[in-house]
Amino acid sequence: MKYVIIGNSAAAVGCIEGIRQEDTKGSITVIASEPYHTYSRPLISYLLYGKTDEQRMKYRPDSFYKEKKCTAMLGRTAEKVNAEAKKVILDNGEEIPYDKLLIAAGSAPFIPPMNGLEKVEKRFTFLSLDDAKALEKAISADSRVLIIGAGLIGLKCAEGICDRVKQITVVDLADRILPSILDEEGSGIVQEHIEKKGIRFFLNDSAAELTDGRVVLKSGTELDFDVLVVAVGVRPNISLAAEAGAETGRGIVTNKKCETTLPDIYAAGDCAQSHDITTGQDRVLALLPNAYMQGECAGINMAGGDKRYDKAIPMNAIGFFGLHIITAGTYDGEVYTVKKGHSYKKLFTKDNRLMGYILIGDIQRAGIYTSLIREKTPLDSIDFDLIREKPQLMAFSRKERSRVLANR
Amino acid sequence: MKRIYVNEKWCLGCHLCEYYCAFANSGQDDMVKALKNVTIHPRIQIEQRGNISFAVSCRHCEEPLCVKSCISGALTRENGVISINPDKCVGCYTCILSCPYGAVMPSESGAIQKCELCTKNAGGEPACVKGCPNKAIVFEERQGAE
Repeated sequence: MKYVIIGNSAAAVGCIEGIRQEDTKGSITVIASEPYHTYSRPLISYLLYGKTDEQRMKYRPDSFYKEKKCTAMLGRTAEKVNAEAKKVILDNGEEIPYDKLLIAAGSAPFIPPMNGLEKVEKRFTFLSLDDAKALEKAISADSRVLIIGAGLIGLKCAEGICDRVKQITVVDLADRILPSILDEEGSGIVQEHIEKKGIRFFLNDSAAELTDGRVVLKSGTELDFDVLVVAVGVRPNISLAAEAGAETGRGIVTNKKCETTLPDIYAAGDCAQSHDITTGQDRVLALLPNAYMQGECAGINMAGGDKRYDKAIPMNAIGFFGLHIITAGTYDGEVYTVKKGHSYKKLFTKDNRLMGYILIGDIQRAGIYTSLIREKTPLDSIDFDLIREKPQLMAFSRKERSRVLANR
Repeated sequence: MKRIYVNEKWCLGCHLCEYYCAFANSGQDDMVKALKNVTIHPRIQIEQRGNISFAVSCRHCEEPLCVKSCISGALTRENGVISINPDKCVGCYTCILSCPYGAVMPSESGAIQKCELCTKNAGGEPACVKGCPNKAIVFEERQGAE
């Protein structure tokens, strides 16, 4: 059996580990444009922050490809997939035949049209190790950095370089920060915390006109800067799959086995859609844990096993300057809010289920809440008043506790 | 595979397991020095309410959501034991988000910590089990566990 994987991040690694659970013999070829051993993409901000280094941020040990008996074709780009001939065509014309193919091509930074953007000499995106290295070279202790985008990527970038530059200004079209994971109140709490580190925000605003070193915002505010980071969002890399004839929406359409609509072609990770059980909709859940689990599921199925990826939910654990945030699910239903000191908690319940939650500050044992969402636990089967106070196994029945803790 | 199992009927709620855990992972050889006037951060934690109490520590799941979700590759499962490489961990807490039992926690160093069945300290076998005065925590093979 010939397995071919396009991509070399979490979904690809999950796929390799999934295949090897079922098939220790088949050949696995990994094709990736980036010339690096598999590394953790979300760690690039920690790299600049000094919390990790290039060796430690490797997602798997140096021996990984060898141990898993993979041929890693790194620094090579897959240009085309021929689904009929079952071949991947590389940038140098080389053809790689496959029996089963995984497309785990990830996503690319989205750069919206901005007047004068091409005039800015030091402009960067922040998604890859090369992005981080290029940004690191461009900044100095005197740099004034302008970040367009107050989402996860923009703000992790801000944290990463905060102690290494003179000033950081963040501009976003939205009226609050981190709108993809926080509600209004939560956004306010986190913004206030980040502002204490001297980072300035211009929200409800955008870059109307850029020149090298100067921006005029839509509001009329004019700012000088030395380095620009565009972190508005990402777009799934769907073109390989789409051109091969696979159905695509915002991402590549997949079923619960992580199959695309083309035979023997699977997709996983940031380029693929999955079924969000909290909203009931198919959507791109561009998060590392989901990428890994989708990839693993694809790998198991590619190798003849039987696995379903049917518990996907949006979820996020992230922190800024020591303030931790954990969120999951969708913010729909009846709301329960607790504010205590620097901690903030919101639970959303509907139809006897926990739909979502937001925890800021006190994040202890959050996974117990996540599990209620993932397993669609009926809330009348547990002591919800107790678990609402704090996540605890005490809220479950004695029988369930015995199953979990005593395997009985 | 031997595992830590908890029988809540036998738990006295004495919290000794927490102290033995903290001591075993303190790197010190004197229990008094290791624990006196110290706020302990054990990897096993007692839940208590009314006359019910029980200890919770990592289940070393066969399908470990913490390991699959770990963004840095710091958590691994080898020979049935899930362990953390604190050098690789950046403290993002995605494992805390993922663990259905609340058995992974922040450590004082910023990395996370969890029960590693005392495989990495001098104890060799789980200190909580050895220290439990009423055999409410046991380390044994049970059917259905890999």
